[in-house]
Amino acid sequence: MRRICAPVAGKENRILGFRWDLVWGSLPTLLQGAKLTVQLTSIAVFFGIILGTITGMARLSKTPLRYAAASYIDIIRGTPLLVQTFLIFYGLPSLISRPIPAYTAAVLALSINSGAYVGEIVRSGIQSIDKGQWEAAASLGLSGSQTMGLIILPQAFRRILPPLGNEFIALLKDSSLVSVIALEELVRKGQIIIGRTFRPFEVWLAVAIIYFVMTFVVSRLVNVVEKRVTAA
Amino acid sequence: MFAVKKLSVLFLAASLVLSLGSLAWGQGVLKVATEAGFMPFEYVDAATGELMGFDMDLIRAIGQVLGLEVQIDNIAWDGLIPALLNGNYDALIAGITITPERQAAVDFSEPYFESVLTVVVKDGAEVAGLDDLAGKIAAVQINTTGDFAASDLQDAGELKGVSRYDTVSDAMQAVLIGAADVVIIDLPVAKAYLDANPQAPLHHVGPVADNEFYGIAVNKNNKALLEQINAALQQLKDSGTYEEIFQKWFGAN
Repeated sequence: MRRICAPVAGKENRILGFRWDLVWGSLPTLLQGAKLTVQLTSIAVFFGIILGTITGMARLSKTPLRYAAASYIDIIRGTPLLVQTFLIFYGLPSLISRPIPAYTAAVLALSINSGAYVGEIVRSGIQSIDKGQWEAAASLGLSGSQTMGLIILPQAFRRILPPLGNEFIALLKDSSLVSVIALEELVRKGQIIIGRTFRPFEVWLAVAIIYFVMTFVVSRLVNVVEKRVTAA
Repeated sequence: MFAVKKLSVLFLAASLVLSLGSLAWGQGVLKVATEAGFMPFEYVDAATGELMGFDMDLIRAIGQVLGLEVQIDNIAWDGLIPALLNGNYDALIAGITITPERQAAVDFSEPYFESVLTVVVKDGAEVAGLDDLAGKIAAVQINTTGDFAASDLQDAGELKGVSRYDTVSDAMQAVLIGAADVVIIDLPVAKAYLDANPQAPLHHVGPVADNEFYGIAVNKNNKALLEQINAALQQLKDSGTYEEIFQKWFGAN
């Protein structure tokens, strides 16, 4: 990688020294980082949806669980993801007296963080469904959990797809924060290349392009799923 | 093509603004950047919030010789050379080792400090040098000579992995919590860290590589400043001021 540093003759200096060759040259390394970014985000989205659905339903329940869910959402939304990441990576090991691999710490931080936001999205989705649906289901003899699982959640899911898509795009970008615990995702790979080439403009531009392609694909995917479920 | 033309106009405008911003040096001010996580060379005094250290004293003395007001910003290590190249600063002093790679991007003053790498390990670990790191994970500060040495070892299969952190203290912490086995770091900085954290169950193994030299970085198109800094350094050495500063931070040595 350090070989990128070799000064290249002035042929590429088209726009005041901007070197497109460095943009292309850094792509293979950056794509390795992008792979980790996608991996971390996908796992966090998976756990975030599970955590968020439980949290959202718990918040609306009549049990004491609703206080736990509300505190979880307040605490996570009220503190920066960066601080949460530091707390888990540097703090948790002393509590459980065993090291936590950076990867695990990152997945934990991102999932827990995402779960809180998804929890609010799910709650608002459930609340947006007309109360009459509950009454109708009750008059058909469905139990509370049957109504939730068969009637309310499927309808709520359609409504929360757009904000869920937003949340995943935000998570994909926020995952760059775990670079601070030495995970070599997309941003960290960019920093490493810059440290050996000293060409921040080219490298950050390449990083931005890759992020854009990833978020663009996610937002189109969400659109496709949205169309499918509304058509159904 | 039209878009490219437009883009170059934009670049031209941007570079004009930047070059106007970088004229500070000509107006009696030397704008310097450092990364103050590198005790005893640069650190923030916990009580006063002042930037302290060998480098800080040295650059202030250089400013005095040159009759320039020295303004020092504490920024991220990773952003130092890019910020210099951008024209945000006139010079960098941050325990920066002179390497051929860095010399391709910036100019360095005459060396002002001779340093060497060491390995910091947990007490009881059987590591005596860079040859004992097979299967181990090294924590380093990103884009330092410690990082470069670790990366070379990893490429040669003599190290299992490199964990790159933003700061020295994050890298040390990684070893303390068991996320890494060793830290590869400049010896004076390891000593200062261990002195400041006597309760940490860590020790260093002494010099492990060839000596390296710190230099003050200046933009390649600023030869005039480079010459002035070199002249000031020489004057400080001749007058004994350099020795005074050295003694203040490194004792009888």
